[in-house]
Amino acid sequence: MEIQPILAALRKHRLATLLIALEIALACAVLCNACFLIANRLQAMQVRSGVDEAALATLQISGFENSQANDINARILAGLRAISGVQSASVLNSIPFGEHRGRVGIMTDAEGKHFGGVVELYMGGPGSLEALGLHVVAGRPLQADDYQPFEGVFPTSASVLMARELSDHLWPGADPLGKTFWVDKWSYRVVGIVDYLVTPYPSYAGRSAPGWSAFVPAQPGPMMAGSYLIKAAPADIGRVLRDAREMVAKVAPDAVLDQEGSQTISDLRNQFFQQDRIMAFMLVGVIVALLLVTALGIVGLASFWVQQRRKQIGIRRAIGATRGDILRYFQTENFLIVSGGIALGMVMAFALNLALMKFYELPHLPLYYLPVGAIALWALGQLAVLGPALRAAAVPPVVATRSG
Amino acid sequence: MFGYYLDLALRSLRRNMVLTALMVLAIAVGIGASMTTLTVMHLLSGDPLPGRSDKLFYAQVDDNLSAGDYKEPLDKQGYQSTIDLWNARQADRQAIVVESPVKLRAPQTTLPPLMLSMLSTTADFFPMFDVPFRYGAPWRAEDDASRARVAVISSDLNDKLFGGADSVGRTLRLRDTDVRIVGVLGRWRPSPQFYTVAGGRFAAGKTADFYSKPQDIFTPFSSALEFNDGNFYQYTCSQPPATPGHLQNAPCAWLGLWVQLNSPDRAAAYKRFLDGYAAQQQGRILRPQNTRLRSLMEWLDFQGVVPSDVRLQTWLAFGFLAICLFNTIGLLLAKFLRRGGEIGVRRALGASRGAIFCQCLVEAGMIGLVGGLGGLLLTLLGLGLVRRQPVAFADMVHLDARMFALTFVLAIVTSLLAGFLPALRASRVAPGLQLKTL
Repeated sequence: MEIQPILAALRKHRLATLLIALEIALACAVLCNACFLIANRLQAMQVRSGVDEAALATLQISGFENSQANDINARILAGLRAISGVQSASVLNSIPFGEHRGRVGIMTDAEGKHFGGVVELYMGGPGSLEALGLHVVAGRPLQADDYQPFEGVFPTSASVLMARELSDHLWPGADPLGKTFWVDKWSYRVVGIVDYLVTPYPSYAGRSAPGWSAFVPAQPGPMMAGSYLIKAAPADIGRVLRDAREMVAKVAPDAVLDQEGSQTISDLRNQFFQQDRIMAFMLVGVIVALLLVTALGIVGLASFWVQQRRKQIGIRRAIGATRGDILRYFQTENFLIVSGGIALGMVMAFALNLALMKFYELPHLPLYYLPVGAIALWALGQLAVLGPALRAAAVPPVVATRSG
Repeated sequence: MFGYYLDLALRSLRRNMVLTALMVLAIAVGIGASMTTLTVMHLLSGDPLPGRSDKLFYAQVDDNLSAGDYKEPLDKQGYQSTIDLWNARQADRQAIVVESPVKLRAPQTTLPPLMLSMLSTTADFFPMFDVPFRYGAPWRAEDDASRARVAVISSDLNDKLFGGADSVGRTLRLRDTDVRIVGVLGRWRPSPQFYTVAGGRFAAGKTADFYSKPQDIFTPFSSALEFNDGNFYQYTCSQPPATPGHLQNAPCAWLGLWVQLNSPDRAAAYKRFLDGYAAQQQGRILRPQNTRLRSLMEWLDFQGVVPSDVRLQTWLAFGFLAICLFNTIGLLLAKFLRRGGEIGVRRALGASRGAIFCQCLVEAGMIGLVGGLGGLLLTLLGLGLVRRQPVAFADMVHLDARMFALTFVLAIVTSLLAGFLPALRASRVAPGLQLKTL
């Protein structure tokens, strides 16, 4: 295929060519970045929890005094255990994707000089660790006497389990077992490492990361009440939670059930990422509309060119060009324009990514998005131009003999 | 002449319905997307108290007790600093704000107990923030001093508990204390709920919750400290409080202080007062240079209250509109130039370039008008979808008169912008050449 005559023809239509190329460039920039944003959201939504999500639910209760806490705990736990299908019921202050009551800054030395990061201390009563389904990969599992009663916000000292991501961050390369971290004057000794445990709020932007958590064993009491973890078979968990909600009104009529907070962990996860999901859907919508508008623009302009060049097409056909030649002419022309647009679009995509990185916490656009975006736009261009090009190919040679 | 152009435009648009529909659709979708996001942006980034916000300031001294090179004070303050500043009465009006969960029972009703978020503040809060009252009035400064057991409730709560009747004088039970209702608010829905905004700069743009409804119950700060003791949340503590939820003597930041300063001079004087106080308290306050007196809008800006998703959506929508614009330029160009012959005849019969240009622009403007109409429908549809989203600001989203007008302005400007280049090209058509090919 000769490219020279196509370029010569395009030079006659500089403005229109430029417009299509610009439209493609803009589409390329938005397409690459929108796809990247979608991928980011989807990735965020896939965050690992490390817990047995499908089998867990939480019950949140408030509106009682500290002096009533032990009584409430006893009543609710007994009530929960009486529900058929409940495999385990325990007290746990923080809930993955739900309440976060243990977000603290920790120190790796007693003097408070070395800040370790903002982490989540999951404070749980007997049974909660097993219910979460955490895997101890190093050190020892917790024993019954690790669960001690306490008075303040947290136990003043405890033997804790730490998520590996946090221990790797605090003591890179060293054996974390036996190490201690501090919250003010309170100290916690790491006796075991769990594979993974997500923080309740994995999008917190401070000095934290989704896997920075530790499990602090404690006996339920005044400062550890009203937040329960329920485990049941995944098929039963919905029904169990409904029964549990009804049970509260019977065994603790004066306490207040937190309707929004009492959910299955899967539902909490869904709600946590709802905004991301909506955004991802919206981005998909934008991409579809964008491609559609761009395709329509190409169809419109190509049709116009075909109509404008009917006579020339007729002449070419009369002097021996095949239908295929005409078809390929328009296809090549489109390919050239789209290529120009893509070249500019890649630069724009990169610039847009830099701008997004400045305002949003986004990594660099991986380079492979660019060729993928380019292929998508080339395909779109070819698809859009096919109709007008086929119509051009159908122009009979006899048109050449007519005037006008 | 304008009427004639309109007639010509109509004829031309009718001649190629598909192309016309394409252009109208592109404009409509672009406008719909842009206006939906712009309306949400307008709602979220607007001034919650127009006309007053420049006199309202968030006063801060740095109660951060951690050593380190902190450039900004904590978003909230400790008890000592807040009370000292408040007692100095250097502002025209001043309000301490703190939120806490409280258990509410309404003895005269059969409703089960509720957990509500309570705002504890001082008497100036209501006049300072121009809070409307349906029944009754705010409590008085004496009530703050005497720790009176009084409360102001929201109209929502009044509807729920008392069916909307005048409940002033009735009693509510908050935790274990009876409080007397002295006022019921009218409809009040500031966007955002600016007076409690804090911590937004660490929220990674997930700030939609700043737009939730105001609290249902308001009580004097001094009395809430007594009856809801142990239920106060800290913003942050350098050491955990000895008694959880009792923060008066704990090294914790948990209170906000708003001041009204009626003139720039007063504001400057207050800033000097803050600096002086912080310097005098050096030792207890580790970084006395970290005082801030941000105006309401500066504070919202600093906290980045507009959710980053909403910003992103707005950028996306305008990027999309730009693509629609290029698209329409291309299509209009095709449309005008296809009529080269017709234009040639008009030019040959004496129409000036300007006349052709105007004619083409009228046609483009018409597309914009129809596209604007379509865009309006799509905007309403889009806002309907936003209202169904589970976000705190969903109930506030609506199209006001300004945004309604802006929809058409944007549509027509877009289409005129789109029409400008093609019209220019059309007006340059050489009549001779066109006539020859006819």
